[in-house]
Amino acid sequence: MSALGVVGGVVQPVLIVAGSPLLVGLMRQVRARLEGRAGAGAGQPWRDLRKLLRKERIAPRGTSEVFRFAPLVLVATTLVVAVVVPFIATESALDPVADLFAVVALLALGAVALALAGLDTGTAFGGMGASREMTILALVEPTLLVAIFALSVRVGSTNLGAIVSSTLHDPARVISPASLLAAVALIVVIVAETGRIPVDNPSTHLELTMVHEAMVLEYAGPDLALVELASAMRLSVFLGLLANLFAPWGIATEATPLAVLIGVLALVVKVGVLGGLLAAAEVFVAKLRLFRVPELLAGSFLLALLAVAASFFLV
Amino acid sequence: MNLSATGMAAAVAVGLVTALLAVIRARTAVIGAGTALTGAAAVFAGAAALAGGSFSLVLPGVLPLSGVALTLDPLGGLFVAVTGGVAVATGIYAVSYADTPDLRARGVQVALPVFVVAMVLVPAAANVATLLVCWELMALASLVLVVAEHRRGPQVASAGRWYAVMTHLGFMSVLIGLMVFVAHAPDDSFTALREAGRHLSPAVAGVVFVAALAGFGSKAGIVPLHAWLPRAHPEAPSHVSALMSAAMVNLGVYGLVRVGVDLLGGGAAWWWLLVLALGALSAVYGILQAAMSSDLKRLLGQSTTENMGLVLIGVGAAGLFASFGDHTLAALALTAALLHVVGHAAFKTLLFLAAGSVLHATGSRDLDALGGLRPVMPVTTAAFGLGALAASALPPGTAFVSEWLLLQALIHGLPAGGVTAAIAMPVAVAAVALTAGLAVATFVKAFGVGFLARPRSDAASNAHESPFTMLAGMGVAAVVCVVLALWPAGILPAVQAAAGGVAVSGDVTLRLDQATGALSPLLLTLGLVAAVIVVAGVVRAVVARRVRREARLWDCGGGPMSARMEYTATSFAEPLQRVFDDVVQPELDVDVSHHQESRYLVQAVEYRRKMPDRIERRLYRPVLSVITAWGEAGRVLAPGSVHRYLGYGFYAVCGVLILLAVTR
Amino acid sequence: MLSLWRKILRTGRVAEPPPPLPEGDRPEGAAVLGGSVQIRHVDAGSCNGCEIEIGSAFGPVHDGERYGARLVASPRHADALLVTGVVTRNMAEPLRRTFDAVPAPKLVVAVGDCARNCGVFAGAYGVAGAVRDVVPVDVEIPGCPPRPEAIVEGLRKLTGR
Repeated sequence: MSALGVVGGVVQPVLIVAGSPLLVGLMRQVRARLEGRAGAGAGQPWRDLRKLLRKERIAPRGTSEVFRFAPLVLVATTLVVAVVVPFIATESALDPVADLFAVVALLALGAVALALAGLDTGTAFGGMGASREMTILALVEPTLLVAIFALSVRVGSTNLGAIVSSTLHDPARVISPASLLAAVALIVVIVAETGRIPVDNPSTHLELTMVHEAMVLEYAGPDLALVELASAMRLSVFLGLLANLFAPWGIATEATPLAVLIGVLALVVKVGVLGGLLAAAEVFVAKLRLFRVPELLAGSFLLALLAVAASFFLV
Repeated sequence: MNLSATGMAAAVAVGLVTALLAVIRARTAVIGAGTALTGAAAVFAGAAALAGGSFSLVLPGVLPLSGVALTLDPLGGLFVAVTGGVAVATGIYAVSYADTPDLRARGVQVALPVFVVAMVLVPAAANVATLLVCWELMALASLVLVVAEHRRGPQVASAGRWYAVMTHLGFMSVLIGLMVFVAHAPDDSFTALREAGRHLSPAVAGVVFVAALAGFGSKAGIVPLHAWLPRAHPEAPSHVSALMSAAMVNLGVYGLVRVGVDLLGGGAAWWWLLVLALGALSAVYGILQAAMSSDLKRLLGQSTTENMGLVLIGVGAAGLFASFGDHTLAALALTAALLHVVGHAAFKTLLFLAAGSVLHATGSRDLDALGGLRPVMPVTTAAFGLGALAASALPPGTAFVSEWLLLQALIHGLPAGGVTAAIAMPVAVAAVALTAGLAVATFVKAFGVGFLARPRSDAASNAHESPFTMLAGMGVAAVVCVVLALWPAGILPAVQAAAGGVAVSGDVTLRLDQATGALSPLLLTLGLVAAVIVVAGVVRAVVARRVRREARLWDCGGGPMSARMEYTATSFAEPLQRVFDDVVQPELDVDVSHHQESRYLVQAVEYRRKMPDRIERRLYRPVLSVITAWGEAGRVLAPGSVHRYLGYGFYAVCGVLILLAVTR
Repeated sequence: MLSLWRKILRTGRVAEPPPPLPEGDRPEGAAVLGGSVQIRHVDAGSCNGCEIEIGSAFGPVHDGERYGARLVASPRHADALLVTGVVTRNMAEPLRRTFDAVPAPKLVVAVGDCARNCGVFAGAYGVAGAVRDVVPVDVEIPGCPPRPEAIVEGLRKLTGR
């Protein structure tokens, strides 16, 4: 465990936890401005969280430990990812966990915990949300893993630190066809995994179109705060991953305060820009019907396959 | 006499003595304990063989051809140990589970230890005759066990028929393949075959391999020879399902590795591409069927097809890499496959035993009628939850480690093998990924719908926890699952000894040799636990109100929600079914009945979904109908007239005589 | 897509400048919410006039969200109930249950004259009473229907922004 890894392992989770609600606030603000509204300000999600933590905890009748522990597991999986993935430093605090497959599986574990909680309530909406979430998860997985495949083949490793370092040393790779195709595939996957339009609408009130919201309808107070925080963190983690897989510049390669500071700033700027772009793009598209989502994912899967083919045939 | 020989002798002796003890009255306890002891001895023998203490034993004259020959090398040892481990858990479990009128019958009780002994002997067989005899003994003993509860309904007998026919067709295929092989060797011992395998012409070797693949593949439940599996597994008593699904199907993989890799010594790339393709097809098709299934044990059976598919992807990739000359990568792929065999044995035992516990408590294995078992069956729920986590390839689960290794092998295989690999590897990765994703959905469904929420039937609400020995049997499997998930390095040396090459090293962290890649399941789990503790601590520190208020479920302010409003397994799988509509082609049936007074008012809506196995329908139906037509045609020849039969004999003799007269 | 972009640029900001923070005492329990109020709307028997105005209050022009108020899908997520209409017999119990479902601290806003004092429906056979007869009310917004400005003003009493 290197000094750089330790610094990354401490700074990253703090940055992600503190920054991800601000990211969500920023995205809402961008959206509000494009819709001609004033918006509640980027700090509103933090105000929401602070308030939720002051509220009462509720145990709906008939729910078990699964319901109570799911928010903890959800946040914990994302926190582990925030610690191990090279966001601001190329070295990881827990290098043997900083594997792309492990990270993807950890994030899936969080989704599974929440889906089980949705089923555990025994309400129709909980089951519906869980069913839809699992369907999307199952369909996202092939695209995700094949895109990872395309990225890791040229490096010869699925270790995130290795992929990021290799891109730093050879920037021309980023504009290779394989890389670009994989980037597009990953963007679609990230939109699906984080429940953004056009796959899911995070601000929907219409139960029949809900995916993520339907699973958490029973959560209140601090539990809800954890769920909301976790979904914000997942968004930042995915965007950070996307940013550093394709544009890792600015990331700290040595453990000096200046390098770390630059790494932090670079991450904040990259994730902020990506979030802003995502929010702006959302204004232009409508939510897809649930049964049209597989077509979108199939398209992205094809791109990922093409990326692998390109990485082999067009070197 | 070395340790592995002692272990084998003890296993066989204990097993056979146990079988003889079936005459006494308290036979369930004795048979259960004896089976567990047999298993323990087999684990010991397998472990000793893996540690390097192999033995050979030849008893000429016991069987025709070259007699009985037994030997235990590391590859066989691994499968003996796995079989033994499954037998320990199921034996303990059977003490109280098999204490029902149907299962207490002598014939059924005798079959259990005999089945285990046969399964232990198969990987130890050192010539074709021994292998085939043990194989057949295993098939017969398991057949008796599958139809043990035939009083339950005609579907049990039907499952038994399917199983008997399929397993014997598989046996025929293995027999043909090995006989062709033996015809090119001096005798039928594996040593002679290994020597002869190097000089076989590619055509003969291909025939032997394909026949063996068909035969052993049907035992492993590989698509399209899987038709028996989703029938026999649910209808068999649960401890037998566990034995079949966790131990017996492995022997199909064993046979394939033994014949393909060991005896034939590798072979052409197309063999292994075929294996890889069949593996990918089985994995995806198996889990897709499981994702649609609402029968708990059928779901588990279909997931066995899936897992064997994953294993075959690993075996196929290993053979492919070996044919390209990359032996480190081949060892990595085979290690991944064999580790998955071990892991699958552990979690499938646990899952089937937990499903049996549910069946024992509720009498139902229909997920649409279960639910709400968490308060009444906490141990079983925990066991099934652990098994589901292990099966769904999520950290910290058992299958996660082996699937990670498999994916690493596939990724590093792309540059190794030219255009063939460039096409095969991404497709294989996509198949593994889709399988993993669907497995997550499947096991969330099985656990979430089957055990959480509120009971959907009286049977589920009146459930009770199972007796101690059943829980102990599950406990054994659960402990193994946890150990395999957290510390796979503990079993890796054994698996690599069996795979015949070292590709992964490390203690806490698994590191790939000659390729970058590392994973530490233990650190990952510790990190996760630490994160949960930190988050829980922070939340506890900052929340203002710690007491939870109990409240009614949010029912939109209406009346209390009934269990009928819950999502069922069928509805859970509906989106997936729609997505894969073209593949599974379900038969949907919606009946709407109206009130008599007004056609506008709906009285009841009935929705039925049948999920016929499409491959089965396309492939088996035509064959079955041809056989039936043939049988019908044959009937014309047999009208029941004795004169006619005498006439047939007369004409046949005349015909033979004329033939002889003409040809001589 | 390009035409939408042009439209966005042409339209610019439509939200009106925020009026000054309303005078008057904030209800007890609003301070602890700290500028974030999630709202569950309950229609207890309204003619849907108030609903249209609520929709307008959260539309781009008045933009209720900028003060930290937000409509949510479940009372479990809510801090305040926005009750419209006279409470009918059939809705009395659901309203009580909805109130129960909200985690404390919780507030109730009665929107419109019907919610405050049954309005024109007073004494009708299906009416169980005004909102305060069923659940405790913290803020009342008069009007039939109340103007969106009035609704925003009432909500700002809760958020304090």
